Amino acid sequence: MMARLQRLGRYGCDSLETLGRAGLFLVQSSFGIPSRMGWYLWLRQMHFVGVLSLAIVLVSGLFIGMVLALQGYTILVDFGAEQALGQMVALSLLRELSPVVAALLFAGRAGSALTAEIGLMKATEQLTSMEMIGVDPLRRIVAPRLWAGFVALPLLTVGFSVVGIGGGYLVGVEWLGVFEGSYWGNMQASVSFIDDIGNGMVKSLVFALVVTWIAVFQGYDLIPTSEGISRATTRTVVYSSLVVLGLDFLLTALMFGSLS
Amino acid sequence: MSDTPLVVVKDLHFSRGETSIFRGVDLRIPRGKITAVMGPSGTGKTTLLKLIGGQLVPDAGQVLIDGADVHALSRKALFTLRRRMGMLFQSGALFSEIDVYENVAFPLRVHTDLPDAMIRDVVLMKLEAVGLRGARKLMPAELSGGMARRVALARAIALDPELILYDEPFVGQDPISMGVLVQLIKRLNEALGLTSIVVSHDIKEALSIADYVYVIADGEVMAHGTPDLLNVDDDPRVSQFVHGEPDGPVPFHYPAVDFLTDILTPGAQS
Repeated sequence: MMARLQRLGRYGCDSLETLGRAGLFLVQSSFGIPSRMGWYLWLRQMHFVGVLSLAIVLVSGLFIGMVLALQGYTILVDFGAEQALGQMVALSLLRELSPVVAALLFAGRAGSALTAEIGLMKATEQLTSMEMIGVDPLRRIVAPRLWAGFVALPLLTVGFSVVGIGGGYLVGVEWLGVFEGSYWGNMQASVSFIDDIGNGMVKSLVFALVVTWIAVFQGYDLIPTSEGISRATTRTVVYSSLVVLGLDFLLTALMFGSLS
Repeated sequence: MSDTPLVVVKDLHFSRGETSIFRGVDLRIPRGKITAVMGPSGTGKTTLLKLIGGQLVPDAGQVLIDGADVHALSRKALFTLRRRMGMLFQSGALFSEIDVYENVAFPLRVHTDLPDAMIRDVVLMKLEAVGLRGARKLMPAELSGGMARRVALARAIALDPELILYDEPFVGQDPISMGVLVQLIKRLNEALGLTSIVVSHDIKEALSIADYVYVIADGEVMAHGTPDLLNVDDDPRVSQFVHGEPDGPVPFHYPAVDFLTDILTPGAQS
């Protein structure tokens, strides 16, 4: 019993210590005025993290929009309310599905790649050698990746929503024959810029921060062996997914809990 | 001034978790010379370099470089000090996303405002010194181990450091590139007036270029002196190491229970 308590205590202390390290890591790497080189490095990472994630995010967005329209139609049509399809698709996407699903995909596509990349740099002593050259790897390697993730995910989320609404249109209007005017008109009337689009973007910014933070920290903090890299990559995806879903509930409760 | 050692390690203690790695190591690295630090694998030679470079913090003791206590410096001052040092890593540690030319140019680009034309001249000069000027367009993944180490050497000397740390420069090299590296280290040291610390367990090579040798074992300096002195040292541990005898005071076997007892205990799985 004592041993179990002791283990629990040790686990708690270790977790707190890791959290502290992660916090310091975030502060040390993310603040500072970027040089011209810094902008260049950031743009390069925007390509790796953002542009290369575009395909998976957009295709998923299209299918999710189409499925939403299909499922929504079969329910709404029973109540003769299929004109509200546009509003249903848009609100589900903007408030929930785009930020959450894009963040989950992003964690799988870009987060795991970031962890593995930084981890491999650590394993091959590139980070140490950079330090010995007198360049801080936190500023040179970590900061551009952190900022790229922070900017890229919200943009990907916008893309996800746009394509998703388009997918809903294809299925709802073109295939199932919902009146085009009511699809767009109801959407326009019911979507609020601040409450729906704004809150969705806030969610997305929060997710972008935690997912990229987890990814680069796991890479930087891992044990530099092949096993260490594989574990850290797995942890990135698992932790990111759990944190995104948990935070989503919290944020939804704060943002939409009072709307009724 | 030139008589004072460039690097002084005073009573260094360091442990990793439960295992203590150094228990009071004292070193004096003379200026302009090649000092070899030798010892069996696992005695923390790489750790020693990381302590000198300020990447690890000792439990007790000091590392003074040109009079400055490495571990008492601010992060910024430490990074400034590191510009005066070069370090050659065992794996080369080249940046894998940029080519050979950019790897060598990297320290120049971050620490100087030199125009591109001048950076080009310096880079080609350094690459010429290691004989790889023709390989400048290659990516690190396309280099052999020996070539990667020579490129890393060119990068380490790009800023003309005063002190250069070599971490096992001879490990895993074929005889030819081993010979090339030995020559290079010696020639660079003479031509540039560098102070070099070579950490190695390749006794023949290390003794052939070193001006002074430290042998570290069991967390302490076991012996030190010029290569000639070490060759005739009659301490059995030193002589075992220097002459490469497999078993002796430094045991061949990892500590274990008696072999016969182990064999005759059928119940125990491991």
